[in-house]
Amino acid sequence: MKNTLRQVFHSGKFVAGFCIFAFILLMMIIYPLINPGNPLERIGVGTFAKPGTYVSLYDTVDTETETFKLADADDKRLAKILSDSDRVSMVEWLTQAEVDLTGVSMNDTEKLLDLWHANYDDSIRLKGMTKAQRNYYVRLNNSLNNASKADTLTVTDVDPDTNEVVEKTKIQKTDYVNVGDVANTKTLPLGTDNFGRDVLKELVSACGTSIMIGLIAGLVATFIGLLLGLLAGYLGGVADDIIMFITNIFTVIPSFVLLILISYSLGQDQRGATTVAIVIGLTSWVWTTRSVRSQVISLRNRDHVNLSKLSGHSLMRIIMTDILPYIASYVVMAFILQVSSGILAEAQLSLLGLGPKTTEVPTLGLMMNWAMLYSAHLNGSWWAYFPVILTIAGISFSMNLMNTGLDQVFNPTLRD
Amino acid sequence: MRNEDISSRPLCLSGRGVTKIFTTGKTRTVAVDHVDFEFHEGELISIVGESGSGKTTLSKMLLGLLNITEGEILFQGQPRDISNMHKRREYWRGIQAIFQDPFSSFNVFNKIDTVLLDCINMRGGKRLPMEKKIEMMTEACSFVNLKFAELTNKYPFELSGGQMQRLMIARIFLLKPKILLADEPTSMIDACSRATILDMLLQLRDEVGMTIIFITHDIGLAYYISDSVYIMEHGKFVESGSADDVILNPKAAYTKRLISDVPKIYEPWDLNTVAQ
Amino acid sequence: MSKTMLEVKGLTTKYITRFHEDVYAVDHVSLKIEEGKSLGIAGESGCGKSTLALSLMGYYFPPLHYQSGDIIIDGKNISGMKPDDVRKNVLGTEIAYIPQAAMNALNPTRKIYKFIEDVVKAHDPKQDEKTILEMAKSRFTELGLPLDSLDKHAVELSGGMKQRVVIAISTILKPKVLIADEPSSALDVTSQKMVIKMLRDMMDRGFIKSMIFITHELPLLYNVTDNIMVMYAGQIVERGSAKEMVFDPIHPYSRGLMKSILVPEEGMREHKLAAIPGTPPNLKKPPQGCRFAERCKYAVPSCRFNSLPMIEFEGERGYRCGHSVQHLREVYQHEE
Repeated sequence: MKNTLRQVFHSGKFVAGFCIFAFILLMMIIYPLINPGNPLERIGVGTFAKPGTYVSLYDTVDTETETFKLADADDKRLAKILSDSDRVSMVEWLTQAEVDLTGVSMNDTEKLLDLWHANYDDSIRLKGMTKAQRNYYVRLNNSLNNASKADTLTVTDVDPDTNEVVEKTKIQKTDYVNVGDVANTKTLPLGTDNFGRDVLKELVSACGTSIMIGLIAGLVATFIGLLLGLLAGYLGGVADDIIMFITNIFTVIPSFVLLILISYSLGQDQRGATTVAIVIGLTSWVWTTRSVRSQVISLRNRDHVNLSKLSGHSLMRIIMTDILPYIASYVVMAFILQVSSGILAEAQLSLLGLGPKTTEVPTLGLMMNWAMLYSAHLNGSWWAYFPVILTIAGISFSMNLMNTGLDQVFNPTLRD
Repeated sequence: MRNEDISSRPLCLSGRGVTKIFTTGKTRTVAVDHVDFEFHEGELISIVGESGSGKTTLSKMLLGLLNITEGEILFQGQPRDISNMHKRREYWRGIQAIFQDPFSSFNVFNKIDTVLLDCINMRGGKRLPMEKKIEMMTEACSFVNLKFAELTNKYPFELSGGQMQRLMIARIFLLKPKILLADEPTSMIDACSRATILDMLLQLRDEVGMTIIFITHDIGLAYYISDSVYIMEHGKFVESGSADDVILNPKAAYTKRLISDVPKIYEPWDLNTVAQ
Repeated sequence: MSKTMLEVKGLTTKYITRFHEDVYAVDHVSLKIEEGKSLGIAGESGCGKSTLALSLMGYYFPPLHYQSGDIIIDGKNISGMKPDDVRKNVLGTEIAYIPQAAMNALNPTRKIYKFIEDVVKAHDPKQDEKTILEMAKSRFTELGLPLDSLDKHAVELSGGMKQRVVIAISTILKPKVLIADEPSSALDVTSQKMVIKMLRDMMDRGFIKSMIFITHELPLLYNVTDNIMVMYAGQIVERGSAKEMVFDPIHPYSRGLMKSILVPEEGMREHKLAAIPGTPPNLKKPPQGCRFAERCKYAVPSCRFNSLPMIEFEGERGYRCGHSVQHLREVYQHEE
């Protein structure tokens, strides 16, 4: 036993797979500790907030300021204000106005603005320009002038007693607050999803649910497969015929179609995470049964089983001590694969909208489903679905790696 | 050592018209075809046959591991009844076996102590104090020239083939059955260790007084060890009798061919009599 | 004095295990076979006799590696040749090899004459198919094999027939040395006898010029070969003619082996079988002195330290033991 474990951990593939899986598990345990709370809490009102750190605008006004005179502050501000399309429009206007643009790059904010301020005049009427376009340029010019001219920003408030607008504070261009001093900041490493929920928190929680679904599905499938395989293989005869008949029927029906039909007929209200897991397990035991049966048949006629019979051991004891330990390594490998395929099956089902009931628990598949329903893939909100895909891939990859590693240890023909 | 008055002893195991037919789909294979036999107490019987002659099927039927299609087997004069688990356990207290391949005869997950303790329990020694059990196991191991102290906490596969087969004999020593069925116990081990195993079997027979049914394909070995010999071909006994009669004066054509085809040392081995 | 077909001088080959340990399975083996003679190699499982067979072909693939020594076939040294050259120029024409499971080597989808074509064409691609078929037919007739088997698939032949057909195929080019490694162990006694008869016929008719026959069945070896060598733990411990080896073994180990022979002949029941206690040494760390000393009942303390050479006596015979021939014979006589 000890020796086997040592061999297992000598296999590079197993160790690599184990490390990936252990990392995912560790994340599942540690992240909720440092960021507790309901993973399905809607923290945002809008949809799909970008990943990043959010600072409360309201609180920054009251936060104590420091003054920094930074040379490139204006340029940075202007560069942020000037969108790419604004720049293109500016260059277009300047070209129409026959200004020499040689040596000026679009990204060179300083030169572009110099040229603009030197040449722009709203009275100049360029050929082929509509009124709307002209107005757009006027607005653009105004905002640029404001950004560079005004030194302070006045924040006002309404006095509740007098209903008068009173000045509350003045914000200088050179005012800076320390992010640490701001009362409310929020870091969202993976932004928010369509309902305004923290994607990372949801992902960690979904990971747990999905692995649990995979484990339950794997346990159910392995248990049924093992039981039927053992009975069919060891008893033989009529029992074998009946069990193999049922197994063959299940083999020829595509299990995923069966899964869809069962899930659909259960109805949305009945489908909790556990139900879905059991349904997945109930449709994927076929291959375990077949392979366990063939292994048991070859073991059944071995001399150690005969010897055990001669020692007067009961059927149960023979199966438990003379058959099961011999196929244990095989069953463990089959179990790992079942877990991995259970996770994938859940993702597939949920993507089709047949997964666990929404709004109760997040699962990896449901996250994909939500992202798809709210067109995250069309509006470029990659953070809503890409990390989920990576996680699913990571889990099944690590499990398959572990499986291959185990196979190399237990299957002597694959040893080098 | 050789018992001359064996036929006067009471019958230990006998069979009448024992037949085994395997049916797969519509094909019927007759593996053992109406064989009759009479094994006396304390006798050493060899069943000699080539591969496919049905000797292993017969041995499994004798052990009660395989159902008999036709005929009956009598154990100590009474028809054998192994219809339920309890009766089968009772029967297996009287008959035990040693198999051909020592490496697959032991459950590799069980330690050697477990194997031997199991035998003591089977003989009703479950309640005995541990010291007594250890004493019994030590005695059994020393009978087969193994040191029990060195074997505790070891697994059977850590031993060599010959040692494992000796452990098998230690198991029989503890069980002390009436009949021992030895299915080619020496065919997988080296010639040098073979003599040790055979000696131990003979010693065991003399000490415990058990009947040994020795199944082998090696006619030289059968001649050396047995009192009486049954020659098996295509599921039938073609010849039987005392070892000297059968081997030195074979009557059946098959026996004659078998003996002439085995390489000899003292007599010339005539290659020209090969059947084409 | 007839021509020497195969001469091996101090051949040493080793297995390199997964853990990079060296196991010298064939340790300084020297042997010599003359034309028309056959040599038997006897020993327990794991003594290196099958490794010797593989090593003699000069065709090494991991984990087996060549270490040192010469293999000279009819004056041509093949040791140190590249595996590809060995395959093209040595196998089939100089040396043919038949393992125990040779009959399972036939591809079940091809007919028997196709294999013969393969063997011939591998050495001479220009050969005409008709000539090859004629050659195969005449060879099969001479060996007493049914001609219609040429046009059959392997599955249609019985085990013994398959084994004989494989031997006929592999010796179609009249190799100088045939190495047969337990060629008849998986067969029943009648098929075994037929295989042996065919090997004898092939020697008599000159289809093979010499033969090395490896088996653990000593009565068979006695009847098939002219000379016998006994191997123990990678070394040759004794050699001599078949008769001398069976009836007058000198080395304690060969004596133990010969005393374990069982044949169905009168008087065998009264024989006392010899038992050798213990197990062969681990070849990863072979003992310093005599490798048999641990199990030898005649061993004296010096046996465990003195490394022994092969000592020649009575002409062609040789043995590897610390005691003198005289002493051993006296001890044996005293025992009986």
